[in-house]
Amino acid sequence: MSLEVRNVWKTFGARRGSAEQQVLRGLNLAVGGGEFISLIGHSGCGKSTLLNVIAGLLETDDGEVLLDGSAVQGPGPDRAVVFQNYSLLPRLSLFANVREAARSTRAKSERARADERSERYLRAVGLWEHRNKRPHEVSGGMQQRTAVARAFAVEPRILLLDEPFGALDALTRARLQGELTELWQNESSTETVVMVTHGIEEAIYLADRIVVMGNAPGPSIVEEIPVPLPRPRDRKTMIDDPVYRATYERLMDVLSAEDVRRN
Amino acid sequence: MTVTQDRVVVEERPATPIDTSGRAAGAAVDHQTQRAPSRLRSRMTALAFGALGIGVVVGLWAIVAATLAPDLPTPIDGWNALLDLLASPFSAGGPTDQGIALQLGTSLGRVLRGFGWAVVVGVPLGLFIGANRRAWQTANPVVQLLRPVSPLAWFPIGLVVLQDAPGAAVFVIFITALWPIVLNTAAGAASVPADQRNVARVFRFGRVAYVRHVLVPNAMPSIVTGLRVSMGIAWMVIVAVEMLSGGSGIGFFVWDSYNAGNVANVIAAIILIGLVGVVLDMLFMKLGKRYQTEGVTP
Repeated sequence: MSLEVRNVWKTFGARRGSAEQQVLRGLNLAVGGGEFISLIGHSGCGKSTLLNVIAGLLETDDGEVLLDGSAVQGPGPDRAVVFQNYSLLPRLSLFANVREAARSTRAKSERARADERSERYLRAVGLWEHRNKRPHEVSGGMQQRTAVARAFAVEPRILLLDEPFGALDALTRARLQGELTELWQNESSTETVVMVTHGIEEAIYLADRIVVMGNAPGPSIVEEIPVPLPRPRDRKTMIDDPVYRATYERLMDVLSAEDVRRN
Repeated sequence: MTVTQDRVVVEERPATPIDTSGRAAGAAVDHQTQRAPSRLRSRMTALAFGALGIGVVVGLWAIVAATLAPDLPTPIDGWNALLDLLASPFSAGGPTDQGIALQLGTSLGRVLRGFGWAVVVGVPLGLFIGANRRAWQTANPVVQLLRPVSPLAWFPIGLVVLQDAPGAAVFVIFITALWPIVLNTAAGAASVPADQRNVARVFRFGRVAYVRHVLVPNAMPSIVTGLRVSMGIAWMVIVAVEMLSGGSGIGFFVWDSYNAGNVANVIAAIILIGLVGVVLDMLFMKLGKRYQTEGVTP
């Protein structure tokens, strides 16, 4: 499924103590089917805003988001989101959290299939034994895994991730990154992934292309950096790969230049 | 005695540490495990000061009865009246000569009926106006106008509509309990966190799933608070409204005792009304605790 963001403008109104902010400034972005995109940039550059616009949670002031050529009107079953702060429903068990999402807006006759999918993805993230626990009874990593399983259980064409692993410790983050790639490549029909991240290594390790976003008043997209590393990627050997090193340096240069320009 | 008990406790603690594996409110538990030996003592101290407070009030009462107001029964009179009432709580002489437990039971029954109707009407209404901005704008002026009115003002309306004094009393309790329930439920329903609303939108929850899995769970602590507040007020108001409605109930008993010149009975009734109120409040507090601890998401 192809995704096209066409000349999107989004301004947040002035609040007490802060002026009006032009967060997205005529942003254009084309994402091909099967592509993994990382959105990276300094705080306030609008990367989460862009993700919410694609998800249909925010309306644009101008411009549009096209999925296979038709404009996005709101959230839809073709897109699922993994939120930054897990956002599980606190009163439901882990399994019920996945199941309710998989079932919603589907006909009753499809329930059995939805439940089957819920089980499959909860198993895939290794949480089947913990299925009856409530979110507050498990670690942050397990909560985020549940959120990942929930997103995949909807069988979206496009997966949107908003700094999904930012709050986790390094080891858990590395494991979840691996699980995510595995699910995306081998276990699901989800083609396209757009991920917001702060992590430079995470961006390179996961993405086919890194989109660097900048703060106002410059252009929304500063640079697009392809990551021509072959898949499957091995975290350990990858860092010695000259392609990785070159990508890393280029990304650092762009981000530092943006930092200098900003101050 | 206390000292030796304390010592035993001190020696026991290290061998059998208090359960710290649970996920119960972290800081408070730690604090208690560290201070375990002094827990009994601090409880005793609290009890002693509580007794002191009651003693002071009873003392002042005795002084006032002895000096300023010779018609006021003394604490001993009050105590005797209380024992007298509790000696035959279920006696049923005539329609106006009911045991104190029966009178309290009658009042409690009215409160529960009025309260029950208020829950049935108030919770759905509160959820609706809390979740829907237009509904809130529609209901708000009515609620704000009627809320400050003493519920007793509704008694004549109840009489006219229901043509029945006890029924009108229940109606007054319904009105009393309605506002706190509606307002608290609406506040809870309006405070669904943005990320949970986004989850419901992204995963396209239907109306039923949204109410069941997002709206009600988030509103629950506020709902329970509303129930507790309204039950407290309802129990206060029933005494007043039964003075108007007459015939039966603890409020009637208070007024009837005064008219018969038996002020000692009035005092005994005040103590019993207070005790029932405390029990009711404790029940709702327990309910509230359950929802608070379950609702926590770290």
